[in-house]
Amino acid sequence: MFTPALIYIFILIVVIFSVTLVIAMYSTYAERKVAGFLQDRLGPNRAGPFGILQPVADGVKMFMKEEIIPDVSNKWLFILGPSVAMATCLMTSAVIPFGSGLTIGGTFYPMQVADVNIGILYVFGVVSIGVYGIMIGGWASNNKYSLLGALRASSQMISYEVAMGLSIIALVMMTGTLSVREIAAGQPGGHWNVLYQPLGFLIFIICAFAETNRAPFDLPECETELVGGYHTEYSSMKLGFYLFAEYINMFISAAVISTLYFGGYNMPFIGRFITDPNTLSLVGTAFLFGKIFFFIFFFMWVRWTIPRFRYDQLMNLGWKGLIPLAILNIFLTGLGMWFFGKVG
Amino acid sequence: MQSLSNRSKVVTKKEMSFMERIYLPAIFGGMAITIKHFFKKKATINYPEVKRDFSEVYRGKHVLKRDENGAERCTACGLCAVSCPAEAITMVAGERKAGEEKLYREEKYAVTYEINMLRCIFCGLCEEACPKEAIFLTDELVPTDFKRGEFIYGKNKLVEPLDNRVDISKRQTQAVLDFKKNKLLTHNRL
Amino acid sequence: MTLYLFYFLSFLAVLSALMVVVSKNPVHSVLYLIMTFFAIAGHYVLLNAQFLAAVHVIVYAGAIMVLFLYVIMMLNLNADTEPQKGKWLRVAATVAGGILMVVLVGALRSAADTLPVTAHDNQIGMIKNLGKVLYKDFMLPFEISSILFLVAMVGAVMLGKKEIK
Repeated sequence: MFTPALIYIFILIVVIFSVTLVIAMYSTYAERKVAGFLQDRLGPNRAGPFGILQPVADGVKMFMKEEIIPDVSNKWLFILGPSVAMATCLMTSAVIPFGSGLTIGGTFYPMQVADVNIGILYVFGVVSIGVYGIMIGGWASNNKYSLLGALRASSQMISYEVAMGLSIIALVMMTGTLSVREIAAGQPGGHWNVLYQPLGFLIFIICAFAETNRAPFDLPECETELVGGYHTEYSSMKLGFYLFAEYINMFISAAVISTLYFGGYNMPFIGRFITDPNTLSLVGTAFLFGKIFFFIFFFMWVRWTIPRFRYDQLMNLGWKGLIPLAILNIFLTGLGMWFFGKVG
Repeated sequence: MQSLSNRSKVVTKKEMSFMERIYLPAIFGGMAITIKHFFKKKATINYPEVKRDFSEVYRGKHVLKRDENGAERCTACGLCAVSCPAEAITMVAGERKAGEEKLYREEKYAVTYEINMLRCIFCGLCEEACPKEAIFLTDELVPTDFKRGEFIYGKNKLVEPLDNRVDISKRQTQAVLDFKKNKLLTHNRL
Repeated sequence: MTLYLFYFLSFLAVLSALMVVVSKNPVHSVLYLIMTFFAIAGHYVLLNAQFLAAVHVIVYAGAIMVLFLYVIMMLNLNADTEPQKGKWLRVAATVAGGILMVVLVGALRSAADTLPVTAHDNQIGMIKNLGKVLYKDFMLPFEISSILFLVAMVGAVMLGKKEIK
């Protein structure tokens, strides 16, 4: 029963889980630091050196605050909402290859929890059920602002899922596989997919912004119109779960983008300097995390630069802009493959 | 309608060009601007460790000055209270007894002297009105408190302590002093 | 192990399907329906049909049920606004339910005669084999249905593009 492979998977899950949570925790700190720096401020710098303990202080605060469940709310669903949001966003990391793999004692252990042959679809499935956390929470609060936030979230996510899926189809056409691992392995050196799929990447990253409810598409929690959006009625750690889920989603999106379009753990030229496969794999993991951190920074950079979209603009962009563009991209990819043969 | 100032502009909603309509150049332009600010010098001053210098003519908490011998200068003439636009100053005058010459410079002195710091607007008119150079505004801040009553500052808080004289040379430069003493000016002829 | 998983998933599927019908609150019904879909997706995974499971989750749980929930959230669910159902409606419901039961019993009776399906190839559900089947044996229906979907999508965009004069 407890084979080394099973134990390895267990350890890997624990490691990825904790890394995800720590990164999400420090994303909250990084967000405030980046926001501060982009606005000529310093950001949090009181708790510990450079404010490095700020997330801990925030966590303690979240736990200590009074927990309020509104009298008129649907109590079970009110609690279910943040739980679903948190659970779904933690599930996605299962199919992401965080490195090529380690060879320990003659056995090869891939640095991926599950190499399902439909990895991308798994990501999509989990992302598409992620909206339930917001919808359930927003509806169960029995507050009109929460409800409006929930409705906005659901319609926004459904609309952008279409364009996201279409942009991925072009990528899948090129790579010929749905397995995330094979897509990552299919971009050795500098042959990153973004070079062959610039339009698809653009569509994908715009949709990723919308799917994670990040600015400029953060309409579900748009505080100028909807108080707090879907989490208006939430307090204490349940609110913390929602906020945390957003940051985990951001980390996962950054990981997916780097894996699908930016070569994952591949980096040009590192193969020339390092020959030991285990070291190479670990260096690759480091590079992957470098890419992920860059994209997390990119997410924040965009958030503190671009103003929020209006709701009709959002829908216009999604349906009239991105979907036709994604279909065009599929068409162009097909043409390219016909003329130049299969790439990569 | 005819514009009176001739400065109004007619605004037209121009048709956007293709490059403008895809928004991406504008977005990248904006992001370039924000990333430039990322590396700029920050405007924040870390308050308790670093303090921003006050202006030399900053008007903060009041002080009732003593003269060189340590006697209170205030003679409770009430000019400050009269000049105060916020009516924050009240005082009760009393006569100096024999043997109190060391304490009060003039024969009349303020038994109580109170400034309500919640009313005070720190305009500095009391300082300007004072004929005895007794009241000045310093560069100290009025600290916060939880009770309204604590903001009524009596003589215990206002009179400068003997062992810790307050430097008001920035408020009262030689030029100001000369101006006040110059009897040729109508302002001072009263 | 697989057998226990099968029993668990089946129990979950049947229970949540029952709860869809039984629960008073429409939102609860929708959530139970989503749970049913997940249990069924689990069954697909047990049958080694991962593609089907993923697509099932994406399409049903991820898209259609979101729209369901979206509509139901807009409804006024207060008990006093619920229209009173008449006597005749109950009779009609009983008759319809009874007819459905007869059909089901009939279907199940004939199903007893069919041979049990044995998966001769447990890799049939893998994406590569599925793709080959879809693009070789069922090329025309597959392409036609995909064109249908494309037309539907283009239609939706066109409807959205119509400017109100």
